[in-house]
Amino acid sequence: MADQSPPSASQAASDSAYWSANVRIILISLAIWALCSFGFGILLRPLLSGIAVGGTDLGFWFAQQGSILVFLALIFFYAWRMNKLDQEHGVEEE
Amino acid sequence: MDQFTINLLFVGASFALYIGIAIWARAGSTSEFYAAGRGVHPVTNGMATAADWMSAASFISMAGLIAFVGYDNSTFLMGWTGGYVLLALLLAPYLRKFGKFTVSEFIGDRFYSSTARMVAVICLIVASVTYVIGQMTGVGVAFGRFLEVSNTTGLLIGACVVFAYAVFGGMKGVTYTQVAQYCVLITAYTIPAVFISLQLTGNPIPALGLFGDHTASGEPLLAKLDATLRELGFAEYTTHNGDTFNMVLFTLSLMIGTAGLPHVIMRFFTVPRVADARWSAGWTLVFIALLYLTAPAVGAMARLNITEMMWPNGLQGDAVSVQQIETEQRYDWMTTWEKTGLLGWEDKNGDGKIQFYNDASPAMEERAAAEGWQGNELTNFNRDILVLANPEIANLPSWVIGLIAAGGLAAALSTAAGLLLAISSAVSHDLIKGQLMPRISEKGELMSARIAMAVSIVVATYLGLNPPGFAAQTVALAFGLAAASIFPALMMGIFTKVNNKGAVAGMLAGLSVTLLYIFLHKGWFFIPDTNSFTDADPLLGTIKSTSFGAVGALVNFAVAFTVSKMTSPIPREIEQLVESVRIPRGAGAATAGH
Repeated sequence: MADQSPPSASQAASDSAYWSANVRIILISLAIWALCSFGFGILLRPLLSGIAVGGTDLGFWFAQQGSILVFLALIFFYAWRMNKLDQEHGVEEE
Repeated sequence: MDQFTINLLFVGASFALYIGIAIWARAGSTSEFYAAGRGVHPVTNGMATAADWMSAASFISMAGLIAFVGYDNSTFLMGWTGGYVLLALLLAPYLRKFGKFTVSEFIGDRFYSSTARMVAVICLIVASVTYVIGQMTGVGVAFGRFLEVSNTTGLLIGACVVFAYAVFGGMKGVTYTQVAQYCVLITAYTIPAVFISLQLTGNPIPALGLFGDHTASGEPLLAKLDATLRELGFAEYTTHNGDTFNMVLFTLSLMIGTAGLPHVIMRFFTVPRVADARWSAGWTLVFIALLYLTAPAVGAMARLNITEMMWPNGLQGDAVSVQQIETEQRYDWMTTWEKTGLLGWEDKNGDGKIQFYNDASPAMEERAAAEGWQGNELTNFNRDILVLANPEIANLPSWVIGLIAAGGLAAALSTAAGLLLAISSAVSHDLIKGQLMPRISEKGELMSARIAMAVSIVVATYLGLNPPGFAAQTVALAFGLAAASIFPALMMGIFTKVNNKGAVAGMLAGLSVTLLYIFLHKGWFFIPDTNSFTDADPLLGTIKSTSFGAVGALVNFAVAFTVSKMTSPIPREIEQLVESVRIPRGAGAATAGH
């Protein structure tokens, strides 16, 4: 990665820091993504069965509605966070 | 005015609206046509993308599948929305930065190989044709009911309309037409749901009504539904009855398939800036969620309504009589839908009543023996009719029924036409002009596009007559194919340094293994009765053919990494391309390749 030909060495270092920050945000977001859909919605549903929601349990709600709401929140969070990160690292579009 | 005339009015008016807008905002050049999203606000673009993406599978088919299975089919809800997270985080911003118009162009450039581009085109065509088969199934149901003809006749008429619609062409690219289509389809979906939610729970918001109390009994709606189904020997609505492993795989296949479908990804190539690509995916999901949060309510409420309708004297009382079905106004929907061949009943024990129960349940044997039942008498209830029949089942005013006909057709036609356009441009532009006959004239290219479109619609119609599943299930197969072929290639193109040979081998392996698995279960080329296995008893453990896309994607990744490790690394300029795609700085406007 370091052997490319960028405008300057500090620029390259900053770009690579930007990329690792981005990958970290993606990994955290995807962990939440998986937890709320595959986790709460399917695999962990038995654990949530004690929490009643309108005639059924929390896992059912996550499978049918909750996961969708979490997905929405995640995408908007990512857009907001990344647009901020772009500026912090000076890589935003002109 | 009779129902038929009202349907005709609504469908006619909505079509006039789309055509009117198309003429008003006609794209003047190829670039305008492709770049319909540029200069358009991300919210508007999101709405148009939502209309583009939500098809007969989402509108006509999905709630029916949820209604008859319950919790286990939540997979469709999570799968078809969760994919947008992957799209927004893993693909959209980088593909926008890359700055070309099509998925195959990205794959061709990133993997510096015209073979890779051609393989991507083939993957795209296979997934899209499968997708169109599912749309044709939905179109057949909608036209069959709306013109009051058989499903087959409806499908043939629908095929002609889709063909004309797709050839008319340009309007597909016009964002504002799609905005209008979105408005029609979301209104059509929501209004009946609001009425039904008010009737059953008193809550005007269906998504909340689903978890609210059933007014008539005072119990929570879902508890009431569970109890009703239990009483008739059916599986409970909210319990998990199927296989967990398959459920996870199926959800994953739909998610990565969503992020691998070319006609959706294309929309994010053309937004003005990288930052907008991130927002756009979010807005698209907002508009999709409006339908997806309502869909489970539509499913559960319809299931309760249908069951109660079949047992008007209570579950322990007498079943509905044949005479009631034939004469009472509130059962009119049954006689009209019977004409399509998608709904059927048979008084097996000749008692003049239609008993609707689960005759496979051992718990029902005693009662059946005591009352002289000889099996379930509501013999045929096609899942795909549920959403369209729903307003009639709930006895809603006739304009609501007309509205839902218009909405269903908007969903099916827009997506079918869009896919046909994607197929025809892939064949004529990427395959014939890009590979086989680079010197072909513009006229020849156009001709080949038309021929490709005609061939795919004939194939899709033929296979749509005996579809491999209900509309949403067929569409799920298409998602599996996209998941196994396109998504891994795009992701590796951005996040790894996999080389040309790795990508080609990966895509070929992912596509062929998934296609093989699907054909083994659904018949070779979807021709009925040529299958060796069924989804009830699949080849590998509990993995159904609809869920195999996730496995195919895994195969794709594994093969690509292995082959890439064994062959020469990517050249320096490609390494720089990868670096540049990862950084938003310097993103120009998208440009048309060749």
